[in-house]
Amino acid sequence: MSIFVDENTKVVVQGLTGGQGRFHGLRNKAYGTQVVAGVTPGKGGQDVEGIPIYDTVKEAVGATGANASFVSVPPKGAAAAILEAAEAGIAFVVCITEGIPAHDEARAYNTLVDRFPGTRLLGPNCPGIISPGKCNIGITAGEIALPGGPVGIVSRSGTLTYQALYELKQLGVGVTTCVGIGGDPVPGTNFVDCLAAFEDDPDTRAIAMFGEIGGSEEEKAAAFIAASVTKPVVAYIAGVTAPPGKKMGHAGAIISGSKGTAQAKMEALASAGVHVVHNPTEAGIKMAEIVKEL
Amino acid sequence: MDLFEYQGKQYFARYGIPVSAGGVADTVDDAVAQAEAAGYPVVVKAQVQVGGRGKAGGIKLAANAEEVREHAAHILGMDIKGHVVRRLWIEHASDIAKEYYASFTLDRAAKKYLAMVSAKGGVEIEAVAEEDPGAIARMHIDPAVGFTAADATRLVEEARLDAEAHDGAVEILQKLYTCYVEGDADLVEINPLILTPQGQVHALDAKVTLEDNASFRHPEWDDFRDIDEFDERERLARSKGLQYVGLDGFVGIIANGAGLAMSTCDVVNQVGGKPANFLDIGGGANAEVMANALEVINSDGNVRAIFINIFGGITRGEEVANGIKTALGRVEISAPMVIRLDGTNAEEGREILKTVESDKVMSSPTMLDAARKAVELAGSGTSGGQSSGTSGGQSSGSSGGKGGA
Repeated sequence: MSIFVDENTKVVVQGLTGGQGRFHGLRNKAYGTQVVAGVTPGKGGQDVEGIPIYDTVKEAVGATGANASFVSVPPKGAAAAILEAAEAGIAFVVCITEGIPAHDEARAYNTLVDRFPGTRLLGPNCPGIISPGKCNIGITAGEIALPGGPVGIVSRSGTLTYQALYELKQLGVGVTTCVGIGGDPVPGTNFVDCLAAFEDDPDTRAIAMFGEIGGSEEEKAAAFIAASVTKPVVAYIAGVTAPPGKKMGHAGAIISGSKGTAQAKMEALASAGVHVVHNPTEAGIKMAEIVKEL
Repeated sequence: MDLFEYQGKQYFARYGIPVSAGGVADTVDDAVAQAEAAGYPVVVKAQVQVGGRGKAGGIKLAANAEEVREHAAHILGMDIKGHVVRRLWIEHASDIAKEYYASFTLDRAAKKYLAMVSAKGGVEIEAVAEEDPGAIARMHIDPAVGFTAADATRLVEEARLDAEAHDGAVEILQKLYTCYVEGDADLVEINPLILTPQGQVHALDAKVTLEDNASFRHPEWDDFRDIDEFDERERLARSKGLQYVGLDGFVGIIANGAGLAMSTCDVVNQVGGKPANFLDIGGGANAEVMANALEVINSDGNVRAIFINIFGGITRGEEVANGIKTALGRVEISAPMVIRLDGTNAEEGREILKTVESDKVMSSPTMLDAARKAVELAGSGTSGGQSSGTSGGQSSGSSGGKGGA
């Protein structure tokens, strides 16, 4: 099994006719994902290598039964695209767009919470999600993930997500689902959502968590793990050497006060019984050890 | 983008928030001219983006031209916690009856906006929050719903502002919210928000952080771009649109994605090196971006080895490799570099890299090995000699030389 997406997930790509949308949408399809439709206003009736394009998500859903969306739309229009997907009844929306204004993001997220509680948003500014061998939505290079479990991965950083998959594959460890939640200030899905889903998924028997400095999501995750997670968790936090108060690229990765430092996060996780490691390679090695003992 | 106080006040004024009359001065003569225009007494205020200006002597009251001259001469060029004062804000001094606090920002944990108002303004609000948390009235605002006059009234009442300040504060809070949302700010803060003996409420200070992602819909922000606050390397990186933070080590870092870039810094540190910088070339970086990144790293005299760590998702391996090739043709890179390339189209990228590999350009298959190799190369200091004499490279070399020097 897997979480959030599997072989039955039918994906509509919002922005399939754009450069990024086309490249990654087609890669997702080539991976075996059911990419059933694309949406670009004004281009309805066209197709991208046989994938039909519709003017609206609603039409795409009506014609193809799509139940997930991949939003690859520039920052100006991304928040509206997310809401359009929710309004069309899409249950799982993946938004990879980087650089959405924070107020647009905060409004879109809270509109989902207020009006579309049935829709889960992943991202924005995230690499997407892959259930290896079943479904890949987003920009992850599918070949770096080994199917079959038993590890679930959740990561805030895109490139660290790939790094995690890669390290595990080198060691012959498979993955049920790998979720990149993104580093923006208002992520649609957070660590706790993914930890809860992995805890409930019988095929996931160990969890790897990749966090970074800034915010308090890792601390919340630690509290959740202590209270509700029975499966072993390995965690790596990036940003030990980051100077305080400096913004390291991600809007999310900024330290405020003593909370949010890598040290504080690692301590919180360690005291929740998590195996805390110091670089991505160690994370792979530790996880391989744990998997062997399962 | 953090605004200086004078810029924050200009931004506030756009949204109708009352601020003191004043003007900017870069010289002592300008300061006197601005003081004459504002009317004595005036306050001479250092424009730096750091707290504690008053304590450091960067804010002074002046009753006449003589005193303005004296204070301006003293404050201009002053170093406040590493920030050199290049500009002053001169404003008419306000009579103060009471000092309050007001702000709007995003509460990331709640994923909602947070408004804070306190009757205890004029001091570090963090200290108030710690010592007397009850003195700060807080309200979460649903960004999809907004902030009403009734909300503002409730906040002002909960904060127990004086009755005379009530109406003025309610009005300013609503305008401040508009400035926060429509003005696309990450933070708007007034500390102190003052009540004058005449019953007027206005902003005596302004702290505004603009949300860079929204710059496409704010052409007026161009006026605020003041890159004096950055060091030389950061200035060059910004001019090329790169996410760069200067650090004080000797291994230049280029990575894609903030998480991987941070992790790369950490790993370099773990194997005995010290990162010279954080540089995230972002998603979808092409040849041009990589070439720019290498130019910025190359401009740093302290860099003795370069570690390029790319894991392709949106970023494609062959684009990165072409960028490195382009950069090698465009500028002479002084330090040796180790490249670790993986992910999307990594095979194609590695093929391209083979054509440029030499004793100064090498690749390594894993992140940890590549880090070790880069630190080892930096330790032997083969290329540091040319630049170490000029910009403190010598001292950083001796402090970080445990890699093998």
